[in-house]
Amino acid sequence: MTEKRRITGMLLTGAVYLAAALCLAVLVGIIGYVVIKGLPAISWKLITGVPSVTKGTQGILPFLLNTLYMILLTLLIVLPIGVGAAVYLNEYASNKKLIRVIEFTTETLAGIPSILYGLVGYLVFCQKLGLQTSLLSGCLTLTIMTLPTIIRTTQESLKTVPISYREGALGLGATKWHIVRTIVLPCSLDGIVTGCILAAGRVVGESAALLFTAGAGKLVAKSLLAAYSRSGASLAVALYLYVFEEGNFQVGYAIALVLLVLVTAINLAAKWARKALKQKT
Amino acid sequence: MKQEAILTSGPQLGTKQAPGRQVLLQKRSAGRMLKDAMEKTMNALFFVCGMAAVACVLLITVYIFSAGLPAIRQIGLSDFLLGRVWKSTAAEPSYGILPFILTSVYGTVGACVIGVPVGVLTAVFLSKMAPPRLAAVVSAAVELLAGIPSVVYGLIGMLVLVPAVADVFHLNSGACLLAAILVLAVMILPSMISVAVTALNAVPPEYEQASLALGATPVETYFKVSLTAARSGIAAGIVLGIGRAVGEAMAVMMVAGNVANMPGIFTSVTFLTTAIAKEMSYASGLQRQALFSIGLVLFLFIMAINAVLNLVLKGGRDDD
Repeated sequence: MTEKRRITGMLLTGAVYLAAALCLAVLVGIIGYVVIKGLPAISWKLITGVPSVTKGTQGILPFLLNTLYMILLTLLIVLPIGVGAAVYLNEYASNKKLIRVIEFTTETLAGIPSILYGLVGYLVFCQKLGLQTSLLSGCLTLTIMTLPTIIRTTQESLKTVPISYREGALGLGATKWHIVRTIVLPCSLDGIVTGCILAAGRVVGESAALLFTAGAGKLVAKSLLAAYSRSGASLAVALYLYVFEEGNFQVGYAIALVLLVLVTAINLAAKWARKALKQKT
Repeated sequence: MKQEAILTSGPQLGTKQAPGRQVLLQKRSAGRMLKDAMEKTMNALFFVCGMAAVACVLLITVYIFSAGLPAIRQIGLSDFLLGRVWKSTAAEPSYGILPFILTSVYGTVGACVIGVPVGVLTAVFLSKMAPPRLAAVVSAAVELLAGIPSVVYGLIGMLVLVPAVADVFHLNSGACLLAAILVLAVMILPSMISVAVTALNAVPPEYEQASLALGATPVETYFKVSLTAARSGIAAGIVLGIGRAVGEAMAVMMVAGNVANMPGIFTSVTFLTTAIAKEMSYASGLQRQALFSIGLVLFLFIMAINAVLNLVLKGGRDDD
């Protein structure tokens, strides 16, 4: 082997390891920074407190609740539609062209930047449907954003259900809906649950689309109905408002830490769901 | 089950019990009708769900166009796209978005110049060279990077990167295109890496074995054979990264300075996305409509990128 080849090989190996180390270092740096800055800033009082200028208190409870409400309602709307779409694509649709169109539009939806979702959500839900800047508008916007996630994960899982299960049931005289309800959907539970968890992750991390649709409300609503009809900031939006608009870094660090914990938990839960539920079926 | 009962008991029924049998038959057909109706409803319901994505894309397209076109018509297409001055709040407002377009292009290209080599090399590491345990650690790290919300990237960019950039290059403020490029470079890594790893894993082992048998070293094989064989998948990953970089708003907004300058590496700049996000909350009238027009331009950019992505993926399929 010539000297030149040997050196090139070593350089390339070095570059590969360097790149991987860089990725790892960036993550460790981000997590380390947020944890180091966030731990002193966070306290139980802050997590369960409500921000109030008159009382001079800080708190992130409203944002936590808003995020939770958003996850709940978004999933509640998107789950039936997304799973239904995946079932249609995999079990019902026979027209190849139509399938291709639906899959293409699903991919397109996944590629649209969240700021555009924010614009359209504002135009359609806040203005056209008269919902104003409210959690409900935010949830509806998030529904469209998370639709591709649910469709894709469910569809992947539906594809792994053996065709013989369906043929067996069909041979016993079961109808299509009966097969879907009793065999196909239970067998693809892992994909559906994973999709939900990933969609929840997207809701937690979303900010640009919510800024104009769900707004920046900082109050804790008295009832669920009031919560959805009023403007409310999610954790991510609150982080942006505190850090960029108000320059209040302490609360910002605390929210960043909460966000990181949530995101990591969601990531682990998705991994667990994919494994644990798959083995059972 | 009902049908079975009818079938087995049918022949034993005497003539006297005929009326009962008729009732059973009627019940059976009623049940079947109910079932048929159920089938039809579910069929229709699933079809509606399936069309939801199509409807959403149509809705978005229609709204973006109908909201974005009026301002362009009023300002004039060339004044809007090629105007170098954006002064939306001045007494004599000027709506030229060339600075935003160029900033988005430069920012994306810059992010790719830094991000693509790191991403591709990391993908080679994960797919081919890493010991299994190390690979698990690094791929978990990449997954986590993908999950970190963009505002957290923005926070760290704003409080760590921006001061560092100001320090290193002796600037008054580090909030500039360079800081945005660095943040974007990190943000496009995860999606790019995961697509590239999938592509590299799909390279048939025979290719690599043949290369090794011909005397190439493993590293040479990975770079000359595996990467070449996986090029369409890697290209798709890069295009995906470009899409993310063009569309990112919040993180960029927190580090780029947000002044409508023509782009320069150390100048405070505004991207297409941040131009919308910055003024949306207080804009009205023509200014607001112009923001929707920026949205339309951004939408067209993304659609073009999507089209390229599809072409790349299709090209890859033809190769196989």
